[in-house]
Amino acid sequence: MESVKDLIKAHESIKKEVYLDIENSSFVPKEVVNAMVPYFIEKAYGNPTITHKPGWMAYETIMQASDKIANFIGASSVEEINFTPSETVSNNLAIIGTALANKDKGNKIVVSEIEPLSIVFASEILEKYGFKVSKIPVDTEGFVDLEKIPENVDEETVLVSIMRVNNEIGTIEPIKQAVELAKEKNPNVLFHSDASDAYGKIDLDVQNLGVDMVTLSSNKILGPRGVGVLYVKEGVKVEKLLEGQIGTQRLWPGVENTPLIMGFAKASELAFRNFDDNISHMKELRDKLISGILGEVSDTVLNGPSGDDRAPDNVNISILRCEGEALTIELSLNGVYVSSGSACTRLLLQPSHVLTKIGREFEEAHGSILMKVTRYHKQNDIEHVLKVIPKAVKRLREISSIK
Amino acid sequence: MSRVPLPYNPKILELFRNPKNLGKMKDATVTALAGSPACGDMIALYLKVSDDEVIEKVMFESYGCAANIATASITTELVKGKTMEKAWKVTWKVVADEVGGLPKIKYHCGILSVGALRRAIREFYKMKAKKPSWLPETLTLEEKHALEEEELAKVLSRKLKLAKSVKK
Repeated sequence: MESVKDLIKAHESIKKEVYLDIENSSFVPKEVVNAMVPYFIEKAYGNPTITHKPGWMAYETIMQASDKIANFIGASSVEEINFTPSETVSNNLAIIGTALANKDKGNKIVVSEIEPLSIVFASEILEKYGFKVSKIPVDTEGFVDLEKIPENVDEETVLVSIMRVNNEIGTIEPIKQAVELAKEKNPNVLFHSDASDAYGKIDLDVQNLGVDMVTLSSNKILGPRGVGVLYVKEGVKVEKLLEGQIGTQRLWPGVENTPLIMGFAKASELAFRNFDDNISHMKELRDKLISGILGEVSDTVLNGPSGDDRAPDNVNISILRCEGEALTIELSLNGVYVSSGSACTRLLLQPSHVLTKIGREFEEAHGSILMKVTRYHKQNDIEHVLKVIPKAVKRLREISSIK
Repeated sequence: MSRVPLPYNPKILELFRNPKNLGKMKDATVTALAGSPACGDMIALYLKVSDDEVIEKVMFESYGCAANIATASITTELVKGKTMEKAWKVTWKVVADEVGGLPKIKYHCGILSVGALRRAIREFYKMKAKKPSWLPETLTLEEKHALEEEELAKVLSRKLKLAKSVKK
């Protein structure tokens, strides 16, 4: 514990800080926090399943939040919006819950090679219990190989899960075509898409995409952590996996967390307010950051596609001869906060699976940094980052045994 | 990208910021490498050894995480001015204690610098075609570890290349 205090203390002299690790967690804007506070202290703090005023107020609040989110994604009713404790839980429910509930139809599922770890590990649990999991490969920019979908989907396949936007490299996947190809091969197959990195950032209409389930995350849109959504199309069966007191939420037993749900709804509202302006602002900062780093630092490569095929907020760059964990610390000591796909920042001994699956060498994956911009970042934040990164890389390359 | 909390102590942070004995040595008597770019950890260790087998000068370069850089720096400080025999007795445990402890997940980073040191010492005696009685025949834990890490990286890289060629 003491050592962490010292680490934090080492940052005391920093004058300007820029936080770009939105992938892993983020600040929550005051407007969102303010929207949550009354639900802790003055209203709708009752249990929404109990018959009294504070309970009914909680019920009404949750329904309004569901309605808001249903509208943002084009769901047909509030019944299709299931709040859950997180993206992680939503993805586990979508994979394990769907496979179990539809076991009578088959024992195969199909996922892409670059799904988030909550999908990867949930699929491994299914494999352990006799399900077959096949993986759709991706190209060097992270796009799924659509031709492989009909090859992998058959009569026994109950579920296909491919994310809408890759969280690490920002690839916007062709989900509409993927759904069509999968359902052409097997009309009964269910399609789930983790859209946590798409919601509030690119167009996301569940009916237009034709998906049966979609994961959303509050954490990824500057909302509070601890709440997510699994959109489940009417009639689709998902086993709930956790049991408890029956409440308003089909997949989240126990007492509903009304303030967090309100926070998620408010964060959604802000993400969709002035949507076009916010997105073009983010794209501008994103491209400034990408071209600035690629231009200023030698031996760098962008991971993922560029332009309109890339999420508006995502920057992921591999910096050769510069180990990623050391770089995150060096940048931190200079007030720039990012994350890395290096093995050394992970519990796993291997670097990011997303980067190796798009064909990056281990060296490139170890030297990758991931940054995401928000509507709150300013031009001078990016300019600051562009001043700090080349210096940090220069120092670490001087130390490096690889020249 | 998942992470683990890495509560580095102040000494590691200080050595990461200001490593000692850093750089390439032009007049090294012996040089050793441990780790590989594929593991994300690679240390180059340079020793200048006197006629009476004392380490006069030692330098290092590191492609690696903060723990790797700090432990390599500590290792150089621990062996500077020591005889080869005394330097051999510096274990990864000594290094880890000297930096004030390492997070468990970072043990392997600390081991690597001692692995490089021992390789350098062995290389020195190989060059001299001499076999001191204190130098064990079999590889020590630190050397084995470096080897295992390099082997693992090779296997994983091979798998990666295989997967890529299948895709093509």
